[in-house]
Amino acid sequence: MTAIKDIINWLASPAIAVTLSMVGLVGAMFCKPLWTKKGGILLFATLIGGFAFSFTDPNFRIVASMPDNVPILGMLFLVGFFFWYAMYQAHLNDARLAKGLPPLEKEDSDKKVFTWPDLVYVELISLIVCSIVMILWSIVLKAPLEEPANPGAAPNPAKAPWYFLGLQELLVYFDPWMAGVVLPTLIIVGLMAIPYIDTNPRGNGYFSFRERKWEIVMFCFGFIILWVVLIILGTFLRGPNWNFFGPYEYWDPNKLVPLNNVSVSEIFWVKWLKTALPAFWLKRELPGILLVLFYMGALPGLLSKTLFKRFYEKMGTVRYVVGVNLFLIMLAVPIKMYLRWIFNLKYIVNIQEFSFNI
Amino acid sequence: MNLEKSWRRLQQQVVETQVWKSIFRVGIPNTNRKRVLAVLGNVVLHLHPVKTRKSGVKMRYTWCAGGMTFFLFLVLTFTGLLLMFYYRPTIEYAYGDMLDLREQVPFGIMREMHRWGAHAMVITVWIHMFRVFMTGSYKPPREFNWNVGVVLLVLTLLLSFTGYLLPWDQLAIWAITVGSNMARATPLAGYEGPFAAQIAFNGVNLVTAGSDARFGLLGGRIVGANALLRFYVLHCVFIPLIAAFLMAVHFWRVRKDGGISGPL
Ligand code: HEM
Repeated sequence: MTAIKDIINWLASPAIAVTLSMVGLVGAMFCKPLWTKKGGILLFATLIGGFAFSFTDPNFRIVASMPDNVPILGMLFLVGFFFWYAMYQAHLNDARLAKGLPPLEKEDSDKKVFTWPDLVYVELISLIVCSIVMILWSIVLKAPLEEPANPGAAPNPAKAPWYFLGLQELLVYFDPWMAGVVLPTLIIVGLMAIPYIDTNPRGNGYFSFRERKWEIVMFCFGFIILWVVLIILGTFLRGPNWNFFGPYEYWDPNKLVPLNNVSVSEIFWVKWLKTALPAFWLKRELPGILLVLFYMGALPGLLSKTLFKRFYEKMGTVRYVVGVNLFLIMLAVPIKMYLRWIFNLKYIVNIQEFSFNI
Repeated sequence: MNLEKSWRRLQQQVVETQVWKSIFRVGIPNTNRKRVLAVLGNVVLHLHPVKTRKSGVKMRYTWCAGGMTFFLFLVLTFTGLLLMFYYRPTIEYAYGDMLDLREQVPFGIMREMHRWGAHAMVITVWIHMFRVFMTGSYKPPREFNWNVGVVLLVLTLLLSFTGYLLPWDQLAIWAITVGSNMARATPLAGYEGPFAAQIAFNGVNLVTAGSDARFGLLGGRIVGANALLRFYVLHCVFIPLIAAFLMAVHFWRVRKDGGISGPL
């Protein structure tokens, strides 16, 4: 029993959990048998079984049953269910499309029904169901209220509201100006840009996977991995001092984690060239600056001639440049995480003089 | 048999009174003409078109996730209003009012409904966005409405965030402290942010802890009385007004963009 728990604790550590969920998500999306009723039952049973098992563990129970964590558990199941449901319907349609039939929605979309009663009744029923759920939930579970506010006594860990914990998790890898300002802004800009970047006219108005594979994979990567998985990590697996704790580990405030992170400039000048760090910031940080310039400036051009040639030709220059830059920035998040996990890399560019650290 | 007959008669009589007719102009919508008029004549229902694509009314397609989000918004508006009867946004009273809400107010589940409803709304709005994405409903001609949606998503999160402070307990102020510390690092505008220290005039820094973005948000250097008042006003008046307006735009555009999406 403890052996299993130790393995799970180890699997849940950020580097492994993020890798597993990335590979798992993308792999699963291309694994057709999962997106059938049987596959759904299997996924659901695994999730429920995992929880049932975990709830026997006292340490897990403490964290999972904090009142404000209950909605997150709910979210986990709902997002899981709807993810399966969307993919299930997409595959039903894909099978039809492969045979030259129109998608399922087509049968209905040509017919029109009167808003009264058809739509009004659906709305009324949803409304009643929703009210009942809300009332029951409110009776069963008291809203949390902790000790009165005390500006002098910070709790450990101090956590943002749960829906921002993905961003708080990014603080481990990025400075606040990136994790708290630039990246959220780019998430919003990126979401808004989607309809203008994606010029694929197919798959409009029905579920389908095969007609828009890469759009869906990319969106789900952002939504499931960079948003939901990081929230779960931040909520359930980050304890005192924002240290990592496995799901069955006790949140020990005295846990010590050695921190010896280095920056690109240190690796380049001190480790490779065996000299002291140059005094002038531009010279000191040149290697890192060049890396960033290459990634953001040159890579899009290179990709347009090679890997993304097809996209470049289809999308045109403006769409391509905006789209690829947003894509690269999204990808930079896991890249920076891996650089930390593998090389203990702290900053790529570290200009303390201007508080400008990437 | 007789009972049913008299029930019918009673119904008939009620429907024919002047009071009833003055409220429900068209009577029971049992003909197509009356069904049309029922939707057109009602200020809430006329946000809908008179006829809808059959695929658009199916739960299978929309999951009613957008509808749920809107309904939760209404629940939150209503319970929030009730909470405003009891709650005073000052550091002397706020926490005590929370305790009173829990212990003194009969049927005291308003706070629960409001808090759980807020969490639920955040979840349903994500699921709605996910549904819209997975059905490709952001594609032309619905690009603009997707953008209205993104703003609504941000407003939903901000509503939830500003409300988080109001109970004035440890959970509240520290969550908001962690969240608002980010503003301190805004490039140029936050005093710990990139290049902020370089904005100086005659050697005097212009962006300081007493004048930066975080100070503007909180009305002070720490999460204190001013922050509470600011968040209260943002939470109860400012953001809901904008959100309600944008929801009206959102629904209107669903209609004007050709109703719920469907295969062409
Ligand atoms: C407060 C938040 C929101 C509310 C109350 C809301 C409400 C609704 C409702 C009631 C519909 C009708 C169909 C349905 O129920 O699915 C709808 C459709 C739509 N929503 Fe939202 N929504 C919100 C946020 C969003 C977000 C975050 C997005 C996307 C980023 C979005 C994009 C759309 C689009 C494109 C449609 C048209 C879908 C179609 O034609 O199939 N909305 N919304």
